[in-house]
Amino acid sequence: MKHTLVSLITGLVFGLGLIVSGMANPEKVLGFLDLAGLWDPSLAFVMGGAIVVGLAAFAVARRRTLSFLGLKMNIPEATHIDKRLVGGGLVFGIGWGIAGFCPGPGLVALGAGEAKAAVFVASMIAGMALFEILERKKTAA
Amino acid sequence: MTIAWSDFTPWAALSGGILIGVAAAIFLLFNGRIAGISGILGGLLNPAQGGTSWRIAFLVGLIASPLLWLGFAALPPIEINAGYPSLVIAGLLVGLGTRYGSGCTSGHGVCGLSRLSVRSLIATLAFMTAGFVTVFVIRHVLGA
Repeated sequence: MKHTLVSLITGLVFGLGLIVSGMANPEKVLGFLDLAGLWDPSLAFVMGGAIVVGLAAFAVARRRTLSFLGLKMNIPEATHIDKRLVGGGLVFGIGWGIAGFCPGPGLVALGAGEAKAAVFVASMIAGMALFEILERKKTAA
Repeated sequence: MTIAWSDFTPWAALSGGILIGVAAAIFLLFNGRIAGISGILGGLLNPAQGGTSWRIAFLVGLIASPLLWLGFAALPPIEINAGYPSLVIAGLLVGLGTRYGSGCTSGHGVCGLSRLSVRSLIATLAFMTAGFVTVFVIRHVLGA
């Protein structure tokens, strides 16, 4: 039960971070992605700030087999670089560039009551569902 | 390249980034998991992945964060200039792409780079490059 509460708190803190940083504002994101126009480099600092804390957290996590709550450390072990990884990244990047939304900010803007964010999130869930359907067809074949 | 100094907010961006890092650190150290938003949401669509309750709790927290913020201050602007057809296409591409690529800006970008994963670095370079090129094409080639 404790880990569900930690999940809730993580979601809240993550969302507050997205709001403070400017990531929740698609126009700000597009200003960062627009290298050839009037470029706003701010969002590079979001990644920088997050990674500095993240590096420390992973340094601690690496030395543990169980989490502070005694759960198994579920750190991805995959290292392969293939067409799915790169192709998926490219497709995601195109969608990100079209609307200025990635998954977290889309959900935060939805929570802020933005109708357009609701359309984005519904379409994103449809895209994820399509992935599940295609994957199941592949394993069934 | 011309810098938009009037829009430049390095301190807000850095503080927000640190908060995002703290969230990822809490999730990792207490729950032993990567705070990858596309994976947490996408996992709900596949019952074999399990963990429905913590996934929903995370998403509830994320979606409720603007309400918590509103308890203390007015929300900063959320400007969405894309039209509805663009939002639908963007959503579908983000949904499909993040699942095929096993992650998004949080999972590969923040967490992957923090654990020095080459796989995540490649994914991050792929979506960043595609994002830069897409905005270039939309704004400077198509002139939208």
